[in-house]
This record gives sequence, C-alpha cells and structure tokens, in this order.
Amino acid sequence: MAIDNPHFRKKSRFHEHIIETVMFLFALFSMLITVGIVVILVRESYLFFSDPQVDLIGFLTGKNWQPMIHQFGFLPLLNATFTTSIIAMLLGIPIGLFVAIYLAEYASDRMRGILKPVLEVLAGIPTIVYGYFALTFMTPLLRSLFGQDVVEIYNTASAGLVIGILVLPMIATMAEDAISSVPKELRLAAYALGGTKIETTFKVVIPAALSGLSATFLLALSRAIGETMVVALAAGAGPKLTANPFKAAETITGYIVRISGGDVSYNSVDYNSIFALGLVLSIITFTLNLVSRKISTIFHQEYE
Amino acid sequence: MNKTSLAESLPPVFQEKSKVEPTKTIIQLDDVNINYGSFTAVKHASMEIYEHKVTAFIGPSGCGKSTVLRSINRMNDLIRGATLDGRVLFNGEDLYAKDVDPVLIRRRIGMVFQKPNPFPKSIYENIAWGARVNGYRGDYDELVETSLRSAALWDEVKDKLKQNALRLSGGQQQRLCIARTIAVQPEVILMDEPASALDPIATSRIEELILELKKDYTIVIVTHNMGQASRVSDYTAFFMVDQNRTGYLQEYEETEQLFLNPIHKKTEEYISGKFG
Repeated sequence: MAIDNPHFRKKSRFHEHIIETVMFLFALFSMLITVGIVVILVRESYLFFSDPQVDLIGFLTGKNWQPMIHQFGFLPLLNATFTTSIIAMLLGIPIGLFVAIYLAEYASDRMRGILKPVLEVLAGIPTIVYGYFALTFMTPLLRSLFGQDVVEIYNTASAGLVIGILVLPMIATMAEDAISSVPKELRLAAYALGGTKIETTFKVVIPAALSGLSATFLLALSRAIGETMVVALAAGAGPKLTANPFKAAETITGYIVRISGGDVSYNSVDYNSIFALGLVLSIITFTLNLVSRKISTIFHQEYE
Repeated sequence: MNKTSLAESLPPVFQEKSKVEPTKTIIQLDDVNINYGSFTAVKHASMEIYEHKVTAFIGPSGCGKSTVLRSINRMNDLIRGATLDGRVLFNGEDLYAKDVDPVLIRRRIGMVFQKPNPFPKSIYENIAWGARVNGYRGDYDELVETSLRSAALWDEVKDKLKQNALRLSGGQQQRLCIARTIAVQPEVILMDEPASALDPIATSRIEELILELKKDYTIVIVTHNMGQASRVSDYTAFFMVDQNRTGYLQEYEETEQLFLNPIHKKTEEYISGKFG
C-alpha cells in the first residue's frame, strides 16, 4: 500500500517551521510597533485635549498658538506647513515631471545612465544638509533677488523651495515608473495616426499616466508636509499666521522639534501639545498616502 | 447543412472564376531589404500593391510579413536599430528619401494593430485625436459619425460617445481603431493581424468591414488565417523564411491563383497546412 511506502512518507521539516515562526514574529513585531506608536499618540493627545485650558474647536480654528499664555489655536502652524509644502510642490512637480518625461520618453540609454545615478545621489543627501543648504544658499539667493528688507532671514519660501528639490528625485522616479507603464501599443497607435513625438507624449502618454502621476504627487505632498529638518533650520521659530512666504513662520514639524529639544517640562500642557500635533500630522499624511494608493490601484486596473 | 448553404459559406474567391480587375499601382517595393542591427529580417522583397484592392501577406511565423507591412508607413523607424535599403514607392514617391517626414507618411498610410489599442479616452476623443493632430478644421461631430458609420460601429455606440473606449468589447474596440484610422482620411490602411485577438463573430464582422472599406481605401493585411486571406483579399503574397531566419517573398499572385494553382511547392505545402 502506498501509505506504507517509505519513499512517500511525510518528512518532518522542523527547521522550516522554525524559520516560518521567526519570520512571523518579525512581522508581528513591526505591526506591534505601529500599533504602539498610534496608542501613545492617541493617549498623549487625549491628555492634551482633556486639559481644561484646551478645547477642540479652539484648537482647530484658533489663530494663535502660544502655549505659554494658553492659546492653542493651531492654524498658524498648519498654515506654515501648507505654505512650505505648496511652494515645494510648485517647484518639485513641474521639474520632477519633466525629468520623468525626459527619462521615460526621450533620454538615450547613455543619458539615462548619467541622470539616474545623479537623482539617486540627490535622494541620498541627508535632510540636515538640505536644511543648511536652505539657510546658507537659498535664503541669501532670495534676499539678493527680492531685497534684504523684503525677505526675512528665516522664511517659508526658502524652506519650501529646498523641500521641492528634496522631493524632486522621488517625484521623478515614481513619475517615470507611471509613464513607462503606459502600454507601448498606445504610443504606436498615436504614431500610426500621424502623431509627432511631442503629440504622442503629451496628448496620449501623459493623460494615460495621469492617475499614476496623481498618486505620485500626493505621496510627494505627504513627504513635504512631514519634512522636518529643512523647516526647523530655515523656516523660522515662532508660530505666525502669515500669507507672506518671505516671512518667518513655524510649521507643525518645526514646532515639534523645538519643543522636543527644548526644556519644557514633561506632563505640562505644552509638552502634551506636540503629541496632538503629531497626531494631526499623522492623520494628514496617512490620508494622503491612502488616497494615493487608492488612485494607483485604479491606475493599474485600467490596463488589465 | 444542405447544398446551397454550403456553397454560400464558401469563400467568394472560390465561388466565381472572374479575374481581379486591374487598377493602378499605389505602393511599390523595389528590392527591399530590412535589417535589425546586423540581423537581416527580410531580403530582396519586390512587389506592387494595387489601389482599392485588398492585399494579404501570409506566411509562417518569422517570415517578415509584419516587418514588410510596417516598412510601408515607416513604423519600423520606431524600432531601435531597424534599417531599410531598397525603395518603397508610394504613388511614385520614395518614402525613404532623405527629406521625407515619416509623420506625414503615416497620415496618408494608416495602421491597425493586432491587439485593439484604443486610447483610454472617450469613444469620441479616440476618433477626434488623429484629426486634431492633423489640424482638421471641419465639423468634428460629423467626422466622428461618418468614421464610426464607415467602421460599422455607429449604431452600437451612438448613445455613449462620451463613454471610455476601454469599456467596449474587443471586437468593438478593434472597429473603433479602424474608425480612428479612417478619421485621418488616409489612402492606405495597413492591418497587422487585425482579427487574431478576436472571437469568430467579431472576426467575421471585421472581414465584412474590410470588403466594404476597399471601395474607398487600399488595404494591406497580414494574417495567419488562410481562410481569412482567401475570403477578403484580391492578391496574396506568400512570404517564406530561409535557414538564416531571413524572410523573403516566395510567391505573389491573385489570391485565387495562389490558393488554387500555387507555382511553388513551398506555397502549396503552406496553404495545405503542412507547416506554419
């Protein structure tokens, strides 16, 4: 009988079970870390919001953020975060997109061989370096262009522009992937209809890659919003509600850095406030990432 | 099946003995050799393609029939390393002369591909696209309607012109691609196995359409399906491949002649299904 045949008897592969268990434990570990972070953020935020000096409506709509005198309106911080991020996108998206189009549609293998490693170097520069690049290069440049009295030493424009450069490699690489995954047949169809290279690229390929590109831009925005080092160094310390990008203003991340590194005592309401801000920041970036993923899933379904 | 219906189901070329009425030459290949880098894909191809006729290219895989087809509107230019020597004449003009713009050639010699490849845009925009890049100044609604009518697709899509073309069935997508090609108003339409990705019903609709279209256009079609070649074409070119994997034109005749009385033994073996 087959069951008695020693050749087919099940072997116990004990080491495989061990390896599988170890891998599972590592996976579990990273999950627990995530859960732990969320729990701490929520718990500390709860401490902040349950403080009698704080109310949620005031937090979300208040125009003054001065924990010293118990004013907890986070709009100035949010405003500065959006100012730097939008400036970053204004620079990063067009340049990143054009680099991507060039890489995907135009560059020879030799040019790609040069440009891709350069982008990788750019992506590998520590953000602290970008930070003092903003302070020692971008700010003086802006000041000499627009005037010393117009541009403050710390300003959101300088930080925003440098974040734009910082996210450029990410936008270029991901956008190139989105463009390259547009089926070759669509390009052939456009050429066969008498389209030129430019017409094919901009009137067929780019529109076809649009959802993939949108996902890329949202992810880049999320990255810009969470960026810390550049704004901590170059945007200014001290919350201020201003629409002028040449003025100093503190972003959410900038404030968190200052408080974390400062001498504020534990369990004070200022200290707890950084967890509430961290939570808000996490919700914003998490939402952006989620939408971005959703869009890129739709994009991949389109071509199945 | 009774006798009458059997006779009707036979390809038209076998129903009547009349010879193809001659028309003028629109495309002429003159000792065409096509290389991909150092590899010779096709050598010494010479033939004339006649206006308002359907010319079929048949032959085993790798015989270079699609390569020759793509050389007619210079789609081979898009393949890195592809070169051609010899001459391809269109209305007597050398398409490979130095100052010839391939973009302008493709506006006169359109192409339909093996896999339906509509743009991920609306049905309307798919038709309008080619006309737009060609600077068409007429009435676009009218152009869309006539093109879709010519491709026998109008009745099926007239109420959903704004719908994304990717939601059409495969057969409808392929007819849309034909309509899109027609909208540019070319003289010649090249078809590279246009029905090979479609089911039998969609295939027969494409075949009917081809017979309809030859009144206004010259059609060159590559096909693996010999029944299709015999049903739709007036002339058939049989390509073969030699031991170096280089394709060459073995035999080119009126379709009826080629299928009933092939001159070469290879042709006879291929059409009777001995290889391929």
